[in-house]
Amino acid sequence: MGTRQAGSSGRHPRRLATWAEQHREIAVDSLRQMLQQPLGALMTVAAVAIALALPTALVVALDNVKRLGGDWQRSAAISVFLEADLDETEGAQLSQRLRQLPEVERIELISRTAGLAEFRQYSGLGAALDQLSQNPLPVVLELHLKPAILEPVRLTPFIDQLETMPEVDFLREDAQWAQRFQAMLALLHTGVALLGLLLGLGALLVIGNSIRLEIENRRDEIRIMGLVGATARFARRRFLYTGAWYGLFGGMVAGLIVTLMVWLLSAQVSAVAILYDHDFHIQGLDFAATSLLLIGSTLLGIIGSRIAVGRHLDLCDER
Amino acid sequence: MIRFEHVNKRYPARGEALKDLSFELAAGEMAFLTGHSGAGKSTLLKLIGLLERPSRGQIIVDGRSLADLPRRRIPYHRRRIGMIFQDHQLLRDRSVYDNVALPLAVTGMPSREIGRRVRAALDQVGLLAFERAQPVSLSGGEQQRVGIARAIVGRPPIILADEPTGNLDPELASEIYDLFERFHEVGVTLMIATHDQERISRMAYRILRLHQGRLIADSRNW
Ligand SMILES: Nc1ncnc2c1ncn2[C@@H]1O[C@H](COP(=O)(O)OP(=O)(O)OP(=O)(O)O)[C@@H](O)[C@H]1O
Ligand SMILES: [Mg+2]
Repeated sequence: MGTRQAGSSGRHPRRLATWAEQHREIAVDSLRQMLQQPLGALMTVAAVAIALALPTALVVALDNVKRLGGDWQRSAAISVFLEADLDETEGAQLSQRLRQLPEVERIELISRTAGLAEFRQYSGLGAALDQLSQNPLPVVLELHLKPAILEPVRLTPFIDQLETMPEVDFLREDAQWAQRFQAMLALLHTGVALLGLLLGLGALLVIGNSIRLEIENRRDEIRIMGLVGATARFARRRFLYTGAWYGLFGGMVAGLIVTLMVWLLSAQVSAVAILYDHDFHIQGLDFAATSLLLIGSTLLGIIGSRIAVGRHLDLCDER
Repeated sequence: MIRFEHVNKRYPARGEALKDLSFELAAGEMAFLTGHSGAGKSTLLKLIGLLERPSRGQIIVDGRSLADLPRRRIPYHRRRIGMIFQDHQLLRDRSVYDNVALPLAVTGMPSREIGRRVRAALDQVGLLAFERAQPVSLSGGEQQRVGIARAIVGRPPIILADEPTGNLDPELASEIYDLFERFHEVGVTLMIATHDQERISRMAYRILRLHQGRLIADSRNW
C-alpha cells in the first residue's frame, strides 16, 4: 500500500544492532517488571537458590575429597620384591623394562642397603641387625602407577602380569585402597549427578510455575498485544527473559550460599588437617565452576519458562 | 480491498449475528457502518481483523482470502489494520505513551525511533500533554482518543473504527472525523461503525446499514 512506510532496508550491521537493542530493552523491561513485585520474585529466587545450592555444595565437597585423595594417591604404589638372588644391576635392568609399560608412571629402585637402612630406622632393631653377616633383604622396585589404571578392570590384569614374571618374588599392593577410593568416588559422583538432576528439575518447575502465574496476571496485556499484531515469538520473549533472570539470580544466590558454607568450614577443616599432619585447605567454587553454575541456572530458567509459555500463552489468535 | 462473500457468523450462545453478508469496499474508500445496537457492526469489523472467524462464506482482504491465512501470518495481517475498539482495549498498567507505542514495539522497532511517531499520533488526537498519564486516570473520551492514536500510529493501509466518537463531545468528534478524512485523502481504506445518524447524513460517504445481521441498505450521500 502506498501509505505504508516501507521498512527501510537496513544493512546487516545496523539490523544486528537494532536486534541487540531490542533484546536489551526487553531484558531490562522484564527485570523492571520483576522488581515491581519484589516479594514474589524473591520467593522464586530463594526456592531456585536452595534447590541449586544443595547439589552445588555436594559437588564442591566431592571435589575436595578427591583432592585430598589425590594427595594420598601420589604415594599409592606397588612394591615389587625381587627374587633374593637378583642384585641392584639386574634390578635396574628390570626397572628399565617395566618403565616401558603404559601403566607405569615412574619407578623407584630401593637398593638392599637402602632397604636395610630404612628397616633399621623403623624397626628399632638397630643393634640386632648389625649381627647379620649379610643383608637378607631383596631389591625392591616401587612402581608408581598412572591414576587412570586404578580402576579394578585394568589394575587386576596388570598385577597378574607382574606376578608371573620370573624376577618377581612377591608384590605388596598399596594401590588397593586407592582403587576402592576411586570406585567410591565414582559412585558418589553418580549419586550427586542424580540428585542434581532431580533438584534442577525442581528449580525448573518452580520457575515454570512463576511464569505461569505471571502469564495469568498479564492475560489482558498479552491479548491486547495480539490485537495490535504481536507475534507469538515476540510475546514469548519477555517471559523467557523473566525466566532467565530467575535462573541467573537463583544461581548467584546458590553460589553465595555455597561460598559462605565453604568459608564457615574452612577454618575448621584446616585445623583438623593439621591434627593429621596434613596441609589441606578446603577449596570453594572456582571461576569455571561459578560460570558453569550461572550458565546452567540461566538455561534452566529459560527452559522452565519456555515450557510454561508454550502451554499458556494465548495471543487471541483463533477461536 | 475488503470483500465479503455470503458471510455468516454464528455465535453458539446467541445464534446468527451476521447473515449472508456480501459487499465490497474498494482500496482507499471510506464507508460508514450503521444499524441498531446488536445489528452486528462490531462483529463485522472483528471478522476483518481476524478476531473472529466467519461460520460460513469468504472474506477477502487485499486480494487474499482470510481462511487461507496461516496462523503465523495473522500478526502481520493485523499490523496492516488499525483497529479502534468500542471498549478501547488499553493496557491499564501502562502509560498512554506505552499504549500508543505498542503496535510499533511489537514490530521490533527500537524505542528511539518510536518516540517521534508516538508523539505525532498523540498530537493528532490532542493528547500530547497526557503522554505520561495512566489510562485509568483519563476520561472516557480521552481513553477513546488514546485508542485512536494507537490505531493510526503504525500508518496502516486499513483503519477499522468501532464507535470511535461515542464518548466525545460534538466538537472533538468533528476533529476526529477530520482526522479520518485526512487519512482518506492519502489513500487509507476506512470503515467506521457509528450510531451518529446526523453526522453520517452530513458527510458524503458510502453507508452500509445492518439490521439484525443483514445488510439492508448500501447507499451513498453526495
Ligand atoms: N462474543 C459473543 N458471544 C456471543 N454473542 C455475541 C458475541 N459478540 C456479539 N454477540 C452477539 O452478536 C450480535 C451482534 O453483536 P455486535 O456486537 O456485533 O453488535 P453491534 O452492532 O456492534 O452493537 P452495538 O451498537 O451495541 O455495539 C448481538 O446479538 C450480540 O449479542
Ligand atoms: Mg458494537
